Amino acid sequence: MEQKTKIRADDGKQELTITREFDLPLELLFKAHVVPDIVEQWMGTKVLKLENKNHGSYQFETSDAQGKVVFRANGVIHELRPNQKIIRTFEMEHTPFGVQLEILEFEELTADASKLKIHTIYESVAQRDQVLQLPFTYGINMAHNRLQDVVSKLK
Amino acid sequence: MNLRRDVFQAIADPTRRSILLLVASQSMTAGAIASNFNTARPTVSKHLQILTACSLLEHKQNGREIHYHINAKKMKEIADFIEPFRKMWDDRFNKLENIMEKYKTKK
Repeated sequence: MEQKTKIRADDGKQELTITREFDLPLELLFKAHVVPDIVEQWMGTKVLKLENKNHGSYQFETSDAQGKVVFRANGVIHELRPNQKIIRTFEMEHTPFGVQLEILEFEELTADASKLKIHTIYESVAQRDQVLQLPFTYGINMAHNRLQDVVSKLK
Repeated sequence: MNLRRDVFQAIADPTRRSILLLVASQSMTAGAIASNFNTARPTVSKHLQILTACSLLEHKQNGREIHYHINAKKMKEIADFIEPFRKMWDDRFNKLENIMEKYKTKK
């Protein structure tokens, strides 16, 4: 089966691209990026602020079940052209990953299909590679925690 | 043919990831590995077989015992690789597509 989401991250570069085709009209794909409660649903984070305009800013926050903040990110919207393009920065607070520049391009394919291309540029090759590895590290840690749970039950 | 994908299918399973973590610190026999899990011994054997087939685990005959150890080089290779990152975005975008379906019909 062909993979719907494609990542291109060449060795030794400080950028990557994510491309994805959706079975959605262009307007709905764009709407999913600018309506706060929709963004919350698919990004899995709370949207504290989302100013959809040139020189606007945004802020995301995720808390665990105990209400402790586990993730906070923010950025500035450099340029926003409805149904066409969003240029923005993104930074995860209290992490060593720096600031990344994101260029989102929205394209109509047919009346019911559209395409999103996200071009992300990091401060350095090392930072890009670190961000790329985050989900992998997370997966291994989850497995480790589960393992510890199992082991502690055996005691 | 598609070896890389096989590797990621191998580590997609939580039991197999736990096995990798177990043998990461020391080489172990199949029996010692199995004793860490509630699953039946043949199930653990099957996991070991899969992990060995995609070179994440290697084994060495020690007298009558076979010890499993991690192939650090292969682990490094997948740690560098981007599949979990792609998967994360794919999951997000699938969700986006599902959510927006609702708005489609409303129109």
